[in-house]
Amino acid sequence: MTRPIIELKDLDVFYGPIQALKGVSLHINEGETVSLIGSNGAGKSTLLMSIFGQPRAAGGQILYQGVDITHKSSHYIASNGIAQSPEGRRVFPDMTVEENLLMGTIPIGDKHAKEDMQRMFELFPRLEERRNQRAMTMSGGEQQMLAIARALMSRPKLLLLDEPSLGLAPIVVKQIFATLRELAKTGMTIFLVEQNANHALKLSDRAYVMVNGEIRLTGTGKELLVNEEVRNAYLGGH
Amino acid sequence: MSSTTPKKIDVKKSLVEAILAGLIALIVFGPIVGVVLEGYSFNLESTRVAWIIAIVMAGRFALSLFLQTPRGLRILEGFESTGSGVHVLPPDYKSRLRWIIPLMIAIAVALPFFSNSYLLGVVILGLIYVLLGLGLNIVVGLAGLLDLGYVAFYAIGAYGLALGYQYLGLGFWTVLPLAAITAGLAGCILGFPVLRLHGDYLAIVTLGFGEIIRLILNNWLSLTGGPNGMPAPLPTFFGLEFGKRAKDGGVPFHEFFGIAYNPDVKYYFIYAVLFLVVLAVLYIKHRLVKMPVGRAWEALREDEIACRSMGLNHVLVKLSAFTIGASTAGLAGVFFATYQGFVNPTSFTFFESALILAIVVLGGMGSTIGVVIAAFVLTVAPELLRGFAEYRVLLFGILMVLMMIWRPRGLIRISRTGVTPRKGAIHYERTAP
Repeated sequence: MTRPIIELKDLDVFYGPIQALKGVSLHINEGETVSLIGSNGAGKSTLLMSIFGQPRAAGGQILYQGVDITHKSSHYIASNGIAQSPEGRRVFPDMTVEENLLMGTIPIGDKHAKEDMQRMFELFPRLEERRNQRAMTMSGGEQQMLAIARALMSRPKLLLLDEPSLGLAPIVVKQIFATLRELAKTGMTIFLVEQNANHALKLSDRAYVMVNGEIRLTGTGKELLVNEEVRNAYLGGH
Repeated sequence: MSSTTPKKIDVKKSLVEAILAGLIALIVFGPIVGVVLEGYSFNLESTRVAWIIAIVMAGRFALSLFLQTPRGLRILEGFESTGSGVHVLPPDYKSRLRWIIPLMIAIAVALPFFSNSYLLGVVILGLIYVLLGLGLNIVVGLAGLLDLGYVAFYAIGAYGLALGYQYLGLGFWTVLPLAAITAGLAGCILGFPVLRLHGDYLAIVTLGFGEIIRLILNNWLSLTGGPNGMPAPLPTFFGLEFGKRAKDGGVPFHEFFGIAYNPDVKYYFIYAVLFLVVLAVLYIKHRLVKMPVGRAWEALREDEIACRSMGLNHVLVKLSAFTIGASTAGLAGVFFATYQGFVNPTSFTFFESALILAIVVLGGMGSTIGVVIAAFVLTVAPELLRGFAEYRVLLFGILMVLMMIWRPRGLIRISRTGVTPRKGAIHYERTAP
């Protein structure tokens, strides 16, 4: 359980002349839930996307299960067990729930589609009620569930979640995090990028705090929850 | 609409509407019909105007009354429920239009027996545009890549036949697959530089590509004959030619079968082959939409970022859409060239691209049957209305404006059958809705 599933070493990422990530190093062990918190523009989403090769890292290394994937194509990464639920949900609006889930199987082919879909419906019963409804017609929370379920359809070993609480009502956020906790218990490795530090830190085994493209702090979720600096910056000081 | 009191008919409302329509008719027709110039003076022809206004008012009154009856209300609702987005049917939905395919085939088979060569020519043209519409429908309708230079691939197909015949001595049957491949490759070559472009930028680049091909054809006098055009060969029937006399001492079709020479036989043959090709393309498209690549096209149209985040190989998806769309146009081009017997660059102007795009937009983006209907409407109607040839583009514009008001998503509402997982070893009970 202590072998790192993914390891980032001194990662530099640029958008044109602007350096978004400055020598970021972190690692995630198998079965762990790790979160990355930070304010707007700190580079959290960039970090997540650069694991997927978009944008490409200019310097440093990304090791996935010991293999260097820094320069591998996105679909290679996707078909080898990393899945992502992108920021802002990004479900396919004109497709039904079932079709959206089927799209998630593209990296690995649809041989397990039926049983995986059934698994998703057990995890998110709301989706089963809406299985033949177009994604556009669903609420934000349901769309977020769909985005997570779609990512899980490719049977990932590592699940990357980009702000699953974005624009959702507190009660829905609670539901989503409850489901994530369930998911973590099944042994899934989750890397969570969040602004909602309170929820994220309570869920996580470990966490990193990112400021201006650099990792500022690191520790277990509990340590950071009581850390003075974190409390002032991200938890509203109370 | 007031669906709360559907039974009650409001005569007063209809009267008001009729009077308003009469006033508008007076303003529109009064000066045009009622005032007739005679030398430097004019006569007032009030009776004619009165008749026109009376007809307009009576018509508006009747229409208004009808639209308040339950049937009329239903029609109105039909116009209103254009809805937004794609209508997804349940996966086990059996179309009510199932009988339409055998019916179309029956009509197509029966057509040559009671049509003259002119009508046949119009239908051939219609079928060529069906092919073009189906091809562009993959690029624009399914993959959402706006291509304004689509006519370039059509030109590549047509000139492929003419050039292949001129310089390499290739016949119709050899060129047919070759043109599809060549046009597909051209689509692929165009696809590479535009992979990163979206929307308007993509439209401009493809527009430029279409013009480049046309200008090359127009200006490379030594190869293509420039504006003078080139001859294109007719198809052969297992090596038998359709001309009155076969070249190189062969046996022409009519002598081989011992029938009288009929110059129209070649058109019947082109028609038959074209119809089979259209059917094949329709079938292939039907299958493609259900395959993962078809779903990937639609996904790309809906959200490219989501596709990337799922690791969808968007290079492959875009290029396949461009390639398949272009190769369909190549096929259409070969048929066009062989039917005309002659190609020149004026057949491949931007207007042609716009026409094909109009077919796709009018038919409903992504809808197969809509594209087929629109292709026939837009190619056959101008032929039948030869007398109005000058107003063709005006009619076109009016049609477009009306479409945008009442049918913004195309003639046929885009509906497709939902996709479910393939039947695997594990089955689960379908819960009742």
